[in-house]
Amino acid sequence: MKYLIKNAKIIDPSNKLDGKFDILISGGKIAKIAEKITDKAEKTIDAEGKTALPGFVDIHVHFRQPGYEAKETILTGSRCAVKGGFTHVLMMPNTRPPIDCEKVITEVNRIIGKDSINNVYIASAITKKREGKELSDFGAYKKLGIKAISDDGDSIADEKIMELALKTAKKEDLLVISHCEDRKLSANGVMNEGFISSKLGLNGMPKSAEYKIVQRDIELAKKTGAKLHIAHVSCKESCEIIKKAKKEGVKVTAETAPHYFALTEENCQTYDTRTKMSPPLRTQKDVEFIKKSLADGTLDAIATDHAPHGFHDKYVEFDRAEFGIIGLETALSVTIMELIEKKIITWQKLVDLMSTNPAKILGITPPQIKEGADADITIIDASKEWKMFAEDVVSKSKNSPFLKKPLRGFVEYVFVGGKLKLAEGKLLRC
Amino acid sequence: MAEWTKKDLIGLEYLSREEIEHILTVTDSFKEVNKRAVKKVPVLRGKTVVSLFYEPSTRTLASFELAARRLSCDVMSLPMKTSSVTKGETLVDTGRNIEAMNVDIIIVRHSMSGAPYVLSQALNASVVNAGDGWHEHPTQALLDMYTIKKKLGKIEGLKVCIIGDIAHSRVARSNIWGLTKLGAKVTLCAPKMLLPMGVEKFGVNATSNLDEAIKDADAINVLRMQFERDSTTAFPEKRKYIQDYSITSEVLAKAKKDIVVMHPGPINRGIEMSSEVADGENSVILEQVTNGVAVRMAVLYLVSNGKEKL
Amino acid sequence: MKTVILDASTLKRMIDRIAHQILEHHENNPDLAIVGIKTRGAHLAKRFAERLKEFKGKEVPVGELGITFYRDDFKKDSDQPVVQSTEIGFDIENKTIIIVDDVLQTGRTVRCALDELIDFGRPAKIELAVLIDRGHRELPIRPDYVGKNVPTSTEQVIRLNLTETDGKDEVILESKNG
Repeated sequence: MKYLIKNAKIIDPSNKLDGKFDILISGGKIAKIAEKITDKAEKTIDAEGKTALPGFVDIHVHFRQPGYEAKETILTGSRCAVKGGFTHVLMMPNTRPPIDCEKVITEVNRIIGKDSINNVYIASAITKKREGKELSDFGAYKKLGIKAISDDGDSIADEKIMELALKTAKKEDLLVISHCEDRKLSANGVMNEGFISSKLGLNGMPKSAEYKIVQRDIELAKKTGAKLHIAHVSCKESCEIIKKAKKEGVKVTAETAPHYFALTEENCQTYDTRTKMSPPLRTQKDVEFIKKSLADGTLDAIATDHAPHGFHDKYVEFDRAEFGIIGLETALSVTIMELIEKKIITWQKLVDLMSTNPAKILGITPPQIKEGADADITIIDASKEWKMFAEDVVSKSKNSPFLKKPLRGFVEYVFVGGKLKLAEGKLLRC
Repeated sequence: MAEWTKKDLIGLEYLSREEIEHILTVTDSFKEVNKRAVKKVPVLRGKTVVSLFYEPSTRTLASFELAARRLSCDVMSLPMKTSSVTKGETLVDTGRNIEAMNVDIIIVRHSMSGAPYVLSQALNASVVNAGDGWHEHPTQALLDMYTIKKKLGKIEGLKVCIIGDIAHSRVARSNIWGLTKLGAKVTLCAPKMLLPMGVEKFGVNATSNLDEAIKDADAINVLRMQFERDSTTAFPEKRKYIQDYSITSEVLAKAKKDIVVMHPGPINRGIEMSSEVADGENSVILEQVTNGVAVRMAVLYLVSNGKEKL
Repeated sequence: MKTVILDASTLKRMIDRIAHQILEHHENNPDLAIVGIKTRGAHLAKRFAERLKEFKGKEVPVGELGITFYRDDFKKDSDQPVVQSTEIGFDIENKTIIIVDDVLQTGRTVRCALDELIDFGRPAKIELAVLIDRGHRELPIRPDYVGKNVPTSTEQVIRLNLTETDGKDEVILESKNG
């Protein structure tokens, strides 16, 4: 099927185009880019006033299948990702059973093949059952297509095991994604440790629980030469450690999630459990530093850490609520409102953070708007105002702190491999 | 001008100085009612009050129940089994079910901070916090302040000292909010590990030296010390704590002669306070209990006509 | 439209006359007590007690009733009434109590006062003294001592001003919308 996109403003730092162009998609690829294309196409999209970007890549989502299908499945998660403009995602292995062996990886691949509407990749567990005790045979799973290994949700507490994991990962040339948290320090904490947690009567998670392990893992990466990616960076200190390591040439990359540059611990004061996640929301100073680190390259990618939870998991006492919020459908809007509108980053940088860098980290070809490239394109209306209500959320779960809030920036069309999956913000039957 | 518009009492952090003073003023009238032969007024006749206690308590529960009955309410207690392991019905579901029986006021005590707040947002019924986790215990602080006011005539400008495990005390937090809003100078006195995080931001002084704290204090509030706890947090050694912080006659001898000595109860005699002090002239512990019923009557009376959510 | 229907000197004569009437019935009653309904009834009660002392040297205990907690209109969705406190510093058991109020209309306020008083104990007798009876009773309540009967329509408002509360003694009649 041929598609003709007319009058789109293209932003793709990899090509030097500037201005409005028509794009012809044919046979799954970008066939032509020119100021005026007159070729016939089965469907024409008027992209006047809209911007065409390379498809977004999220290297940190939780799709809850197998085991927690009530919260999300690969089908609903994939649809949710496309709604948010993501053509490629990496799903984490903290499912039930965890994705830590050939049997489960094969099954998940089967479900992905059957149900997903975009590209879903797998990160398999570093250790068996994600218990942090014995390494899983991840080298053998490369042939099954895993793109990274991670015990996300947990840190590997035993330094020796982490070192062995990194050594092995280097040998197998696999990316290690680390959730950095010293459980001894974060103990039964539920939010950032400080005056606000003290005032609210909630146990706090000190920043040191995060940055101490960031430090540890970076040193081990340095020692072993492995490729390390730091997940969901939340505080200034972690950024500083990462910046220093990069200067020293350590092969480390890092991501942060939109909520870490949009919200702070102050948002927890209403005991709204949609402000509870791990790592927790920090202070305004950390928010400013995270923004700075995204702009100056210390942090390479924006990844949502999309963590669906059911109503009964969240609408409970703060202490008892599950950690995490969904994020795929609001990532673009929050990024536009906090980083573009506030002139922290340019549009070119946004593409780097949401598409090119995460793709490179993952080891896949970054989406590009270039003749001959796969047509993975996200077309947005950069200034459209909208609000997300629970009934409109595509995800099975509705645990987002951005519900009912004014948002700007809307995903209009998404092409995955040349097939139109989202039109005028609505998912198509496919 | 309506001085009270809120349908709930969740904590003193959320009240203005005027609102707190209004509660204390209304308390006077209810204290008088409690002195009569017929300790009942028909003002809340027919209102239904349910106590939802997720944490055991005899005295606070009894105090609230008496308060409700003396206002002519229909009262019921639902002791709830809590275990972090058993999930069962969620807090909000329980609250909604009770509200569906046309209950007017729900009194909640819970071991997790924020529970009454969440409930008050989810329900149209009034929610009164009888103590949540280590967040707030507003009626305790109100009766503490009422007792001080009756004894010393005012709160403004007084030096009040709170002694004990303040880091995990909801009584301390509510008192800090209430006393500072009413213009008292509050000093916290505890070993460093028992002082709350962000002490400076609470607008109080802090010291670990008891003599220094108590020297020119007009009133002290001595918190209960429990030594049987989980081992996740650092905790002082019992003998040393008693040596450094126990309020004995010797300690009081260094304080003002008319210093008001309070305790939220129940007292661990010989630990945070000696028997002589507990039963002595400066102690107002029993008056606190008497005032507690009147304060709770005032709170129930006020929230029953309130409409605003926090 | 406001009219002063009773001025200070008329009020004084009225209060004197009621005091004499009370003395007529109770001069030798050792168990007499006066309880005023707050706010202006309480001030009137004090004045009556002063007159009794002035005229015949009779000392009579005075109490004040705040009837906030006995009102029957509390359940309506209205602004909270100001809480008036009650002070009865004597035992009312077997006493003859004279309840004092400024204006008697529906009788509901007096009903509150009766209920509250009886929660304090069992008086031997309760009588009612009011300065103005404006009619429109909604309950079977009747005064024993009346200053003046003033027929009114429900559109009108009668107000007693007292020096203690309003700076001068007078009774005003005005229409609700004027």
